[in-house]
Amino acid sequence: MHPTFSVIFLTTLIGVGQGLFLAIFTEQSYSTVNLLPAQESSFYVTGSLLALAFMVGGLFAAVFHLGKPSYFITRAWRGVTQWRTSWLSRELIALPLVMGLMFLYMVFHYFGWDADIFGSAETKGQLTLVIGGLGSAAVFILFVATGMIYASLKFLQEWNCSLTVFNYILFGGASGFTLAAAYSAFAAPELVAFYASWAMIITLAALVSRAMSLFRNARIKYKSTLQTAIGVRHTQIQQKAMGMMGGSYNTREYFHGKTAIFLKSIKWIFLVLVFPLPLLLLWLGMDGNPQALVLAFAIQYLGLLFERWFFFAQANHPQNLYYQTV
Amino acid sequence: MSQLALVIDLNVCVGCHACVTSCKQWNTSGDAGPMFDDNPYDKDPTGTFFNRVQTYEIGQFPRTETLHFPKSCLHCEDAPCVPVCPTGASFKREDDGIVLVDYDKCIGCKYCSWACPYGAREFDKHQKVMKKCTLCVDRIYDESLPESMRKPACVLACPTSARLFGDVHDPDSEVSVTIREQGGYQLMPEWGTKPSNHYLPRRKTKMHIHEDELVRADNPLKKEDIRHEISDDVTLDDWMM
Repeated sequence: MHPTFSVIFLTTLIGVGQGLFLAIFTEQSYSTVNLLPAQESSFYVTGSLLALAFMVGGLFAAVFHLGKPSYFITRAWRGVTQWRTSWLSRELIALPLVMGLMFLYMVFHYFGWDADIFGSAETKGQLTLVIGGLGSAAVFILFVATGMIYASLKFLQEWNCSLTVFNYILFGGASGFTLAAAYSAFAAPELVAFYASWAMIITLAALVSRAMSLFRNARIKYKSTLQTAIGVRHTQIQQKAMGMMGGSYNTREYFHGKTAIFLKSIKWIFLVLVFPLPLLLLWLGMDGNPQALVLAFAIQYLGLLFERWFFFAQANHPQNLYYQTV
Repeated sequence: MSQLALVIDLNVCVGCHACVTSCKQWNTSGDAGPMFDDNPYDKDPTGTFFNRVQTYEIGQFPRTETLHFPKSCLHCEDAPCVPVCPTGASFKREDDGIVLVDYDKCIGCKYCSWACPYGAREFDKHQKVMKKCTLCVDRIYDESLPESMRKPACVLACPTSARLFGDVHDPDSEVSVTIREQGGYQLMPEWGTKPSNHYLPRRKTKMHIHEDELVRADNPLKKEDIRHEISDDVTLDDWMM
């Protein structure tokens, strides 16, 4: 497939936003059971504002994936109507839901609207806990919807695997917790070790999951062949004409147009940028070194852009069988 | 419930592209407006087409065969492009099984084209919507046309009658009979999309020629005999030589 930058930025940016929100809410839920020190409301406000900013950035990138940006106003509302069958439609519902709950979480913390809705005096702030919990559930729904957009296309065999969904969740979680570690270095230094260690754990889990999908994809046996594509059983078939002279949508959309060496180098670039370098920097920043943690996030995010590019480019669409000489 | 479809006879397709040009002509002049065509007479011509003819060479020289292979939307019975559409712009008609795009609802996200294993959909980069073969839905129901003309443009244009059009759910229709009798098959059956369009395979044609067919017995000049031994009988031919 031809990697589209709007989708690369959309999926990586909302991944960071979702992961960061999970990290912020994890702190609040841990602090209610006294596993972590409770923070000032400004910690949650700024944290969820930062997460929301990444979501808005992703939404902005998504607008450029539409045929015309104006469709965002005139037609995109129809995108919520097909939720029964389309994972893209489900994503279009989950995305504003997540953003709305993040916004509510931020606003309720900002104004300190913490009603004790369950009537218990032991823990304060149940309302924000409930909103945060609903937000976290919505975050997971959004992760699954985004991953399933790709995993549900059964003949794109590189994507048609549950590992695709796990990768989206783990990469979002890893980059979000890395950003949370960097954020806490400025806002709440006592949380750095907590966030950095979780960021390392999720990054390692993402490494395992992505390595498994790379391993799987390297051994794919394609179901379709040129023989099944045109219905001729002969083993020697050569395409002599593609039916056009200068290329078409089919030759532009489904081919990345890069060499195998280029593809392979992108793979190694993302493997280095997403995993070992951030892990090293997180470890260095564990004692509260903000520079190392900011750098860890920046490098990991850059690596995720390469990872997402590779994810798209590696997928081999069966329609390419009809374009043997591109 | 009927399912309209095309049956394409690969045995007689000569790859003339008449179906491609007539399709472009008919559909670019229709209600939906023109299908873009950049640099048509220049370097790198490109545009939206609903139908393409590709050419393959099968076998190893000198035993090769040329296969001309027209491909358009196959109007799958279980069309994978329809459920993935987030806006409902892509749909399959209940009554005749034609898969269409509502250009006024399409947001151009291209997801349906990713979901089609055949590459049958093309994005119109000027109108910014997804387009595909409509089976000339505006023409096959047009009662102002004489009944013999209510067929897709490609079918009418084909000089060798390689394209048949009809209801593949009606067991007595011309297309169903042809599919049954000539071994009509579907493309990429492994994905379970159940394409409605069928292809008829190339057939091996054998011909036995007997020696007496090579010699024209009633040829007064007996040209074929010249290089053989000359007959003792004096004939008119001998005299002429």
